[in-house]
Amino acid sequence: MNHDPSKTSHYIGNQYYADLVQNYSDWQGDDNEISDPILRESCRRFLEKEARLLESDRHDDWLGLYAPECLYWVPASVGGGDPRKEVAVAFDDRRRLEDRVFRLQNEYAWSQQPISRTVRLVSNVTVFACDEPSIVMVRSNFLITEFQAGDKRSYTGWSGHRLQDRDESWQILVKQVNLIDCDQNLRNPSIIL
Amino acid sequence: MPDFNHLIQEDRVHRDLYTDENIFKEEMRKIFGAVWVYLAHESQIPENDDYIMSKLGLRPIIVTRDSGGTLRVLYNRCTHRGATVCRKEQGSTKAFACPYHGWTFLNSGKLSGVPWPEGYADDFSDAKFNLAQVPRVQSYRGFIFGTLNLDAPSLEDYLGPARTPVDQWLDRHPGGKVAISNANRLKFSGNWKLAYDNSADGYHVIFSHRSLLAMENRLLTEDEKGMAFYKDKPDEAPMYVQYFGNGHHFKDKRPNIENRPGALWEIEGPHPGMEGYEEDLRARLGDKADRVLDIASSEPVNINIFPNLLILGNHIQVLQPVSMTETDTTWYGTAVIDEDNELEGAVDDVNAIRMRTQEGFPNFGEVDDLMNFEQIQEGLAAEEDEWVYMHRGLGVEGRITTDENGVITGPATDEVFMREYMKEYKRLMLSEPELKIEREVT
Repeated sequence: MNHDPSKTSHYIGNQYYADLVQNYSDWQGDDNEISDPILRESCRRFLEKEARLLESDRHDDWLGLYAPECLYWVPASVGGGDPRKEVAVAFDDRRRLEDRVFRLQNEYAWSQQPISRTVRLVSNVTVFACDEPSIVMVRSNFLITEFQAGDKRSYTGWSGHRLQDRDESWQILVKQVNLIDCDQNLRNPSIIL
Repeated sequence: MPDFNHLIQEDRVHRDLYTDENIFKEEMRKIFGAVWVYLAHESQIPENDDYIMSKLGLRPIIVTRDSGGTLRVLYNRCTHRGATVCRKEQGSTKAFACPYHGWTFLNSGKLSGVPWPEGYADDFSDAKFNLAQVPRVQSYRGFIFGTLNLDAPSLEDYLGPARTPVDQWLDRHPGGKVAISNANRLKFSGNWKLAYDNSADGYHVIFSHRSLLAMENRLLTEDEKGMAFYKDKPDEAPMYVQYFGNGHHFKDKRPNIENRPGALWEIEGPHPGMEGYEEDLRARLGDKADRVLDIASSEPVNINIFPNLLILGNHIQVLQPVSMTETDTTWYGTAVIDEDNELEGAVDDVNAIRMRTQEGFPNFGEVDDLMNFEQIQEGLAAEEDEWVYMHRGLGVEGRITTDENGVITGPATDEVFMREYMKEYKRLMLSEPELKIEREVT
C-alpha cells in the first residue's frame, strides 16, 4: 500500500533504523573518498544552497530539497548513537519535519519570536562513495551564527548528508547534524541546523 | 538577611526571589543542601564500580556504586588542593586519581595513596584525608537522593504522599521500572524557580504552547491530540492539581482520558514511525497491542519533587541551578526494560516509538516555555514593580479542598500549588539547618 509520508509515518521502522545505523557507521574511510572535482563542486553548491535557503527562512523551498521519505537527525550523543534506544536532539521524519516548519511559521512559536537571523558557513566538503552508485555521502563542517533579541550565539559541528542523484542535482535522503556540544545543555535550540 | 515574611505573602512573592544573588547563595545551602535533592538514577550506575558525575546544588559530586555495592555520593574535590578528581561524565572505576598531584582515592572515598609519602609527617590513615561525602544517601525505587542535613526526615517521609503517583508512574511499566536513555538537554537564562513554578501550571498551557497544540492537530479537522483537553474550560475537566507537602506538587491529567487500553495511544500526537509500528504490533499481538502501545505513549502526569526532580510524561526532568539567572533543564528519556517478556517480544519496538514520543515536547513545547521563563527574568529587571502574583483560585469559594492527609486539591489552572510550595520555601529559608559532610568510610 502507498502511504503519503507527509500524512502518516510508515517508513520509519526496524528496517529503516537498522539501515540508518549501518549507513552512518564507518563511512568516512580514506579509500571511499571521491576525488572528482566536478562531483565535489556539485555537492558543495548543493550544501551552500541549503544553507542559503535556511538563512533566508525559505523553509518550504528547503523542504523541497528533501526526498519524500527523508530524515533530519541531530543526535544527542557523539557518534550518533542508536536512535532506537536513545532520544536525539531532533529525529524528524518527513511529517515531523513539516511539523517543525509549520511551527516555525506559526507566529505563536515564542521561542522564535523574534525570528532568529542566521549566517551559515559550510566548508571542508568531502564526498564519499557508498554501496549504491546513485547515492553519495558528504561530510561538511558548519558554523552557524544565530542572532536573536540582542544575543549572538553559535552552533558548530559537522554534517553527514546522504544524497541521492536527481536530475543533475541532489535530493537529501538523510541529514545528520553532529554538534560538537550535542551532549550538553543547549539554549533555545529551535532553529533548523 | 532578607525578610522572607515580607518577600513571600499569601497571594504574591517578591521579585527578589528571582533576582537577588544573596538569596540564591542561601538557597544553595538551605534548600540544595538541607532537603533531599535528586542526584542520579540507579540505571545510570547499574554495576559495582560504576559512577556518574552530578551536582548537589553547586557542589560537584560523584555518585558511585562502590566496589562493595554501597551507593555513595563523593565530593568531586581532592582533599589535598581542591582539584576535581573525576573529569569523565560517567564510567566505571575502582579508584579516582587526582590528575594534579596523584593522590588516589578508592570509590568508597577512602584515600588509598599519595605519591612519596615519606615527604609528609602525617598519618594518612586519618579520615580527614578521605574525600568528603554526602552523609545521607538513599534511593527510592531507583531515584537516588542525597542531603547534608542529618535532621532531615527519612527519604520516604520526605516524599510522603508524592510516593503514590511515583509508584503508579513506575508500576505501569513491566517490572515496575525504567532505565534512563540519554537526554534532551536544554538550558535557559533565568532563575531555577521559574521552571519549578511552572511544573504543575495548567494555566499557561494553551497560551505558552499554542504553536505546539496547533502543530499536533494541523492534520485533523478537530483538536483532539496532545494537550487539547486544556481548551475551552480546563477547570471543569476532571484533571486537577495537588500539593503534597514538603514542596512537592502534582498535576494529574489521567482522569481526562478514558480508563481503557489504547486510550493513551489515541491522544498521542504524530510521531515518527507510529503508524507503521502500530500496524505491525496489532497484527502480531491482537488485543494485547493496545496495552503495549500505551506504554509507548506519554503518561499524562507531572509529579514534581522539590526542589529539582520533575517526572512528566515519560521523562525524568532534572533542574540544575547554574547561577541565579542560569538553569539547566535536562529531560532524561526513559526506556522500558522487559525482563519477564510481559510485552511478548515487543520491548524494542516500544522503545523505538517511545524515544520519538519523548522528543516531541522538548523540541516543540519546552522551548516556548523556556523563552517565557527568560522573558520573566527580563521583565523582573523592573525594580520598582516588585510583586509576582500567584493568587489564582485564592479566596474563590469551594475551589480548593484539603483531605485528611493534608493533601490539597484544586482545579487544573489553579495556582494553589505555587502558593503552598512557596510557604515551604519560606519555612526552609527561615531555618538554620546544620549541614554536615562525612569522611569516615563505613
